[in-house]
Amino acid sequence: MGATILRSWKVRIGLAVFAVFALAAIFGPWIDHALLGRDAKALNYLAVSQSPNSQHLLGTTSTGQDVLAQVIVGARDSLLVGLIAAVIGTALAILFGVTAGFFGRGVDTVLNFVTNLFIVLPIFPLTLVVAGYLQGTGPVTIALIIGVFGWAGGARTLRAQTMTLRNRDFTVAMKMLGESKRRLIFVEVFPQLSGWVSAMFLHGIIGGVLAEAGLAFLGISNPDTVSWGTMIQNAQQQNAILNGQWWWFVPPGLCIAAIGTAVGLINFGIDEVASPRLRSARRVVRKRTSRTAARTAARTGSEAAA
Amino acid sequence: MTQATADLILAEQESGAKTPVRRRWGFFGRRVGFYLIAAWSAVTINFLIPRFMPGSPADAVIASLQQHSGGPLSPQTIGAIEKIFGDPKQGLIHQYGSYLAQLAHGNLGLSTSAYPTPVGALIAQALPWTLLLLGVTTVLAFLIGTAAGVICGWRAGGRLDGGLSPLSTFMSAVPYFWVALLALWFFGFRLGWFPLAGGYNPDASFGSSPGFWLSTLRYGFLPAVTIIFSSCGGWLLGMRNMTITTAGEDYVLLARAKGLSPGRIVFRYAARNAILPQFTGFALALGSILGGALLTETVFTYPGIGHLLYQAVSNRDFPLMQGILLITTLAVLLANFIADSVYVLLDPRTREQGE
Repeated sequence: MGATILRSWKVRIGLAVFAVFALAAIFGPWIDHALLGRDAKALNYLAVSQSPNSQHLLGTTSTGQDVLAQVIVGARDSLLVGLIAAVIGTALAILFGVTAGFFGRGVDTVLNFVTNLFIVLPIFPLTLVVAGYLQGTGPVTIALIIGVFGWAGGARTLRAQTMTLRNRDFTVAMKMLGESKRRLIFVEVFPQLSGWVSAMFLHGIIGGVLAEAGLAFLGISNPDTVSWGTMIQNAQQQNAILNGQWWWFVPPGLCIAAIGTAVGLINFGIDEVASPRLRSARRVVRKRTSRTAARTAARTGSEAAA
Repeated sequence: MTQATADLILAEQESGAKTPVRRRWGFFGRRVGFYLIAAWSAVTINFLIPRFMPGSPADAVIASLQQHSGGPLSPQTIGAIEKIFGDPKQGLIHQYGSYLAQLAHGNLGLSTSAYPTPVGALIAQALPWTLLLLGVTTVLAFLIGTAAGVICGWRAGGRLDGGLSPLSTFMSAVPYFWVALLALWFFGFRLGWFPLAGGYNPDASFGSSPGFWLSTLRYGFLPAVTIIFSSCGGWLLGMRNMTITTAGEDYVLLARAKGLSPGRIVFRYAARNAILPQFTGFALALGSILGGALLTETVFTYPGIGHLLYQAVSNRDFPLMQGILLITTLAVLLANFIADSVYVLLDPRTREQGE
């Protein structure tokens, strides 16, 4: 499965972009100090609000902080929140979805009700209000809140998928052979879900990054931390638009969009492997288009001959 | 792609597998029941959130209000706050009872940042703006995204699909408020085509004059385009994948074999069936569109619920935050209920009379 996924150009581009940001998240401060020779938080009142130039490639903030350095360091908090939120969200989705799907009956009724409830509740305002009460908390708490509220869509997918797996021939056969339930879930059913789970996990990362950015933008985050969301919030608060300082808010937003697109592209690839129909449809189309291409080539060829 | 789309495909498979077919009214009744319980849960969650947070909610509100006004509060004010936020000395059940009684009278308490304006009045002022903005943009985004999705899915792997699918992935990954900032900076500041803040021209007389309505169109244009831009990508991807799935079904093959015109096959056979899960996906999408609209309003200083929520958060106005959360939750539940009901009308399987 891994090799099939890697064959897609979308996945390769997605992974490459993701890797760049992952490196920035892990080595951000080191990159800033060793390669750029500056500190993201260092104030420099001699270089205030400069537009991008050779000294500061992405310009400076109102306190002379280097925007490029901030973008690189900001990757850590943004991605950390996304990652933790995705881990919590995926774990809850597996817990609720697989349990409900596998055991059915009363367990399913209760768990499915909770899942449906979380699906129809507007999660962002809920997250916002809870985070609002805990104002100024660290990224881990924020990630916790985002993860705890954002698992329901995934749980529904896993539930439906588990339900179809439960009644497949091979699971029924295993049951007949007296296989234990635990072994059935962990050895037989679970590996079949890996495609869905990984897609869900990737989706959770971007969801977490977006949610963190949204919360930070509304002013709910520790003001001492540097994340892409706090950068955009600072820009908004200091009227970057009216002053035309686009370099305050364009780079961090572009990073979020790039990460999200990378994740989306990877998911495309996983999808095409996980649901064969999307793949076979592509193949049919490719055959059809190559036939049309051949026909047009023949036609233009005959026209050229005439 | 999105996990939501995958989810839709599964939900569809699942509902298709259910035989015998449920009666329409049984289905309907179950949905009504679910939404009633959901509404009750929303009210209860709203009651519980402040009480699970560190410190007593009433004390926190009293403290912040005292900071604002710079002096001790009158006993009536303290009484009003304790009424809505629960006297910490009372039991939880008792607090819950009085909270429900307050709600039943439409009382959401008093705003602390705009004291002594009732929360309900502030929300009533802001709600129409958001409802109008969201109503228009949700319908437009749905129509645009779904139509583009049919085209992409029908010619999956084609040139249009090759371009639009990654683009819509990008569009749905971009944060709403960032698109809003870009739009405001470029079209508002650089080109000067649109106003930079507000929901209407303050010089035009508020109300029914045509000048006022024209100005709301001009002021609402950028926020609307932003929301449509960020939210139609999701619809596109969902519809694209469902169209690919239905395009491989036997009945589409039969339609082809019968020699029906491609347009008829696409719209009467493939798309008609592919669109059903889009309505079930409404629930998933609506919450995120609302969240995005709240942020977008903040950027444009649009006089809706989102901007009000922003002010509530920055002023730590907890009664207002609570009230907005409750109202938006109930509004989303209502919209979902309507979407579900439409689904019942569209899907013959939920409509058939018994076996």
